[in-house]
Formats: sequence, C-alpha cells, structure tokens
Amino acid sequence: MSVKLTTIAELEDKCVDIRENLLNFIYRIGMGHLGGELSMVEVAVALYYKYLNYDVMDPHKEGRDRFILSKGHCSETLYTIFSDQGAYTQDYMVEHFESLDTYKFGMHSNRLKCPQIEVSAGSLGHGLPIAVGYALGARYRKENYRVICMFGDGEFDEGTNWEALMAGAHNKLHNLVAILDKNQLQMTGNTKEIMNIDPVADKVKAFGWNVIEIPDGNNMADVCAALDQLPERDYTKYDAPTFIISNTIKGKGVSFMEGNHKWHGGGIGKEDLDIALADVAKMRKA
Amino acid sequence: MAVKTTYDFDMMLSNAREAYGEELYQMAKEGLDFVFTYSDNVAPSTKAGQLIKEFPERCFNFGIAEPGQVGASAGLALAGNVVFAQVFGPFLPLRAADQIHTDIAYNYTKVRLIGTHSGVTAGGGPTHNDIADLALYRAIPNLTVVAPADAGQCCKFIRLSMDYDGPMIIRINRAGSPNVYADNDYELVIGKAIELMEGTDAYLISFSSNLYECMMAAKAMKEKHGCSIGILDMHTIKPLDAEAVIRVAEKSGNIVTVEDHSINGGLGGAVAEVLCEAGYKGKFKRVAMPDEFAVLGDTDDIYRYYGIERLGIEKTLTEMLGI
Repeated sequence: MSVKLTTIAELEDKCVDIRENLLNFIYRIGMGHLGGELSMVEVAVALYYKYLNYDVMDPHKEGRDRFILSKGHCSETLYTIFSDQGAYTQDYMVEHFESLDTYKFGMHSNRLKCPQIEVSAGSLGHGLPIAVGYALGARYRKENYRVICMFGDGEFDEGTNWEALMAGAHNKLHNLVAILDKNQLQMTGNTKEIMNIDPVADKVKAFGWNVIEIPDGNNMADVCAALDQLPERDYTKYDAPTFIISNTIKGKGVSFMEGNHKWHGGGIGKEDLDIALADVAKMRKA
Repeated sequence: MAVKTTYDFDMMLSNAREAYGEELYQMAKEGLDFVFTYSDNVAPSTKAGQLIKEFPERCFNFGIAEPGQVGASAGLALAGNVVFAQVFGPFLPLRAADQIHTDIAYNYTKVRLIGTHSGVTAGGGPTHNDIADLALYRAIPNLTVVAPADAGQCCKFIRLSMDYDGPMIIRINRAGSPNVYADNDYELVIGKAIELMEGTDAYLISFSSNLYECMMAAKAMKEKHGCSIGILDMHTIKPLDAEAVIRVAEKSGNIVTVEDHSINGGLGGAVAEVLCEAGYKGKFKRVAMPDEFAVLGDTDDIYRYYGIERLGIEKTLTEMLGI
C-alpha cells in the first residue's frame, strides 16, 4: 500500500524528501526538466500522499482516481514519488531510464512501460482533451473516480486545451479536475512576454468552469486548502468541472534555479547538485 | 473459395458512409458495448443520426474540433470503452495528426477512427481532399489501416473491430458507389488481401470503391483483348499483405496499383517497396492522384481527368502489356 499522510507538516516534510531524491535522480540520469519538476512538487505530493484514491503498488486498481500529467517532460517528479512509495528503488529507475529495449522510464513517460503512468505524454496540449474523454467514459461506465489533469502554463498556449475547456464545461463533467501549474516561465523566458495567458482565471470562468486559485502553490497549507474544496466524487452529477490555478515558482527550493528559465531542461553537475541539496535541506522544518 | 463479385452486375449501389452508422446502430440494438464520438457533420437523417438519437448516453458530439475529439476518444478508450470516432475525411489526418500518433497509436487505445469522404470524394476542392492520410498512417506504429470495398465490407470491418486489439483507422470514401462484392458471404481477415479475380497477364491491386473500376477495366481488357487480369482487394493497407503482393507479382509479372490517394506514400508506394525488396523484375505502375492539388469538379470527372477509373486503368494496362 502507498503511504498516506494527513498533516500539513508531514506533507511539507515529504516535499523535502521528494526534492532531494528528485535532484539526486536527475544528477544520476543526466537529464530532466528541473524547473517544472520542482514547481509542481507540493501539488503532486498532496495528491499522491493525501487526496488521490490511488495506490502505486496496485496501479491498475478499479475505481482509482486517474492523474494525468500532461506536462510529460516533468515525469521524473512522478517517478520519484512512485519510488518513495515503494514501487521502485532509485537504482532500478536509473538502470531502466532510457536504457533502450529495457527502458521503463523516460524523459517523457510511457504508460505501457511504467504502469503507474495513466497516459503516455510528451507532446503538449494532449492531457486535457484526453481527461475530458476519460471523465465522459467514467460517467458512461457509471464509475466514481476523479480525473485530474495537470499541465503547465507554457503548455496552455496549445489550442487543444481550449477545445477541451469547451468540451469539459459543455458536458458538465463534475468529476473532472484541471490543474494549471502556473510557474510563469516557459522554455525561453517569461510566459507573460512569450504568450500571455492572463487573465486566465477570468477566461476559464467564462468557459464555464469552477475556478479555484491557490495563492502559493508551493505552500502546502494553500495547496490543501484548495484541494479540500474539490467536490465529492459523483458521476451522476452534471456540474461545472473544476479548474485549479496553482501559482508556483519554477525551480522552487533551489536558489539558483528559482525564476530562471535556463533551468527549464537539462542535467545537473555535482557542484550544482551540492548547492541545490543544501538549499532544499533548508526547507525542512522539523 | 472464390468470392462472388459484381463483375456481371450493373450498379448495385453501395453507401459505406451510411453503412457504418447502420452497423453501429444495429450493434447498439443488439446490446454491444461501445461508444461513439463524432464531429458536427453527422446528419440526423442518417443511421448514425438514429444511433445518436436512440442511444444518446453513449454518443458524444465534439463540434468542429478534431484534435479535441480524437484526444477525448483516446480518453474514452482508456476509461474502458471501445470507441468509434467519426471524423470528416481530410480533417482527421490533417488536423489531428499528433493526436492520432500520440493519443491513439502510442497510447495504444481501442479507438476506431472512421474517416469518411476519403480521397477526392467529398468534392469542394483541395481543402476537402483527403489524399495524404495513408502517407501519414503508414509511418505510425501500432496503427491498423483498412479501407472497405463497399458497404457490406464496411459493416464487416466495423463488427470485426469490436474484438480487435489496438487502434484502427477505417477509411471510407464514397456515398453511392457500386458494390464490389455480390454478397457478404466471404471471409474477411484484417491484414489478409482478397483475390477478387484471378488473372495471368496482370494484376490490379487496389482498395475501396476503386476496386469496382478495376473490375470494369479487367472486363474491358478481356472483352477487347482477351487478357486475363487479376484483382487483389488490398483492404488492409497497414499491415500490408506482402505475401499476397509477391504471389500475384510472380504469377503475372505485371502489377498496377490503383488508389484515390496521392501518388506519394500510399498503396502504390507500399507495394513498390515490397516488390523491390523481393527482387521483382516485372513491370509496375501506380495509378493515383498526381503530386498536385487536384482540379475541382465532380468526383467521377476528377477520376476521369486523372485516369483513376476504368478507362484510365485500361489505358495503363494496354500500355504495360504492349497492346
């Protein structure tokens, strides 16, 4: 069984573990997307350790909540959580990371290789339309689970998201939850300068979604306060789907990565790793 | 066992565009479990329209948003459903290429994408021509691509696909074209070509309603020149039945492919690859849409203009056979 945590302090502490393991993992495999992987840690930890009806040790269990990571380039955060919850050792993940015909883990995830991955991802703007279909399919099959899809704010430029916003609201998909990891940076710079998505809350509200804003998506109390507001799982209900805007910092926890778009993708050297680990250690409260 | 064709019949009209809906409607009434997604081009008066009306809980309209529709179809499949998804011809491969590649094929979802109005059969000019799809589909792993010869075969494919593993494209062309098969009493196996007619002088390899024109060309060749032209129904374009291609090539030494698709990357290219790699030394010719945006007009007129009908096929054969 996956570990479940209840208190804010436990979840905060877990975020430090995950950041440390993630940094070590990226150091060992030589590639990753640390900026976005670090920005999403609090929401991912809250989901996997508290809010999702999900057990990484029984990944295809009937009735489980479905979490779809549309920003597939940030899969290493999920792998690190699966590892922490007992599905794999880090050594195993390193051995099977992009290891040609024995691979189970990749920079972009493959559901057929890693069973904890619900949807193979990598190409942006795919998660939300799939999540819409998933929620429709669950309703048709009278199954009571949440479909939760997380995507990035750079990714939100893709037009398919807006098609899915229409379809999700049009079909009143009560059990559908979208989470925007709004870390304000994309590959080459600030989203506001590259393609401004704001005022995103107003836009999504206008599409007919129930919008919940997390003031600080790297603050566990804020994250839990938002996720506590998720409506009960009820496939019989025809109601507005939920859209969570998680305001985060790209590279959160590592001084030289925070707010620096240059840490969007790549590996990390030993010297940087040591500084990063020291920075992250300071986040531990207990 | 030889199949019964409409070689000796005249114009038994077949409508595969209507037939897929009819079969789905029938299957729903029989209690088969599947869902249906569609674009805003399914008329309420069609059988698919009746399916939507009588089984609304399993039918989902995505308006005019093909990528969203194809992506959501993958989601519906991941939720445990067999999904039939109808999209208007060209807008399936051209608008939703990434979703077909990633959501349907890479994610290996049980979605059957029904592309209607394939080739130049929609009318309306190059924006509405579906002539590049096979070039795309042939290069995408996991995809199975079929193109039914007529309404009867279309229904067979729809039903067969319920128990077929993995994603599938069903490429439907005309509304109102002659049947190719005289009855439905024949075995259809995905990936196994059907020898519609046996021949010794040359073989035509084709699919969909173009097969009827192949038959008429073969008939004319027999009547005018006493030639024995065989025809292979290559209903499955991917995976291609390479064995059948080699068999008929060895038998006749003259191969012509006929398709309503660009001459680049379609059936002709696939057959050529098989023949070359097998060391085939005979003659080979592709009849297809040339590498240009097509002229505008009625579908039959376009076919005549480019020689993708009985007269054009006959001309290709007489040139090849030196008649």
